[in-house]
Amino acid sequence: MKFKVLYFASLRESLGKAEELVEAPSGVSSVAALQRFLAERGEGVPALARGRNVRAAVNQVMVKDDVAIADGDEIAFFPPVTGG
Amino acid sequence: MSVSVQEADFDPGREAERLSAGRDDVGALATFTGLVRADKQNGSQGSDVQAMTLEHYPGMTEKALEAIVVEARSRWPAILGVRVIHRVGRLAPGDRIVFVGVAGAHRGEAFAACEFIMDYLKTRAPFWKKEDTAEGGRWVDARDSDDEAAGRWSVPD
Repeated sequence: MKFKVLYFASLRESLGKAEELVEAPSGVSSVAALQRFLAERGEGVPALARGRNVRAAVNQVMVKDDVAIADGDEIAFFPPVTGG
Repeated sequence: MSVSVQEADFDPGREAERLSAGRDDVGALATFTGLVRADKQNGSQGSDVQAMTLEHYPGMTEKALEAIVVEARSRWPAILGVRVIHRVGRLAPGDRIVFVGVAGAHRGEAFAACEFIMDYLKTRAPFWKKEDTAEGGRWVDARDSDDEAAGRWSVPD
């Protein structure tokens, strides 16, 4: 499963990157599972840990984290929005 | 085009005029203009905001705003016109940041839809504010009161 993953605002700064191509095991089939996979990669990424108030969008639509994802999807992670 | 995401400033008066130009069925024009405020975030402990930078998610931002307009039109079918403008990039205190204008036959749907669009924009459109202060950059935290404002428009399934 390959995903295009984008990060915005404080999350982009914490991770030091705006986007990456991610290859994940086939069991990574929901937004929550992908977030967990990314958070636990390498030495761990605290900014993506569960409970850090991370919001997500799949293919540019804001979603809850139990939403299913498929190969090729564009997944974005970001803090709660503050426009207006 | 009813939705714009742009760095450039806008003219609220001209935008309002366009909503009713050339038609005689508009009886109400509700507009909201949001400005960058210079107040201290953490009371007297905070430092003055010198400027702020608006980051967004190109592509999704426009779709999210259009979806909010579609939702408003489905809730208030009598709406005759909608215009939403949100600026991005670097802005200074006093600068205009957001405009929502709604034209309707009567004030009820114009007021309600204008407020609904702003409340949904605050919680559903992918914008993030970073304030520049004398002490450096500071991401603005989301406010629970914005979630509550959006929540009051919820309809039971």
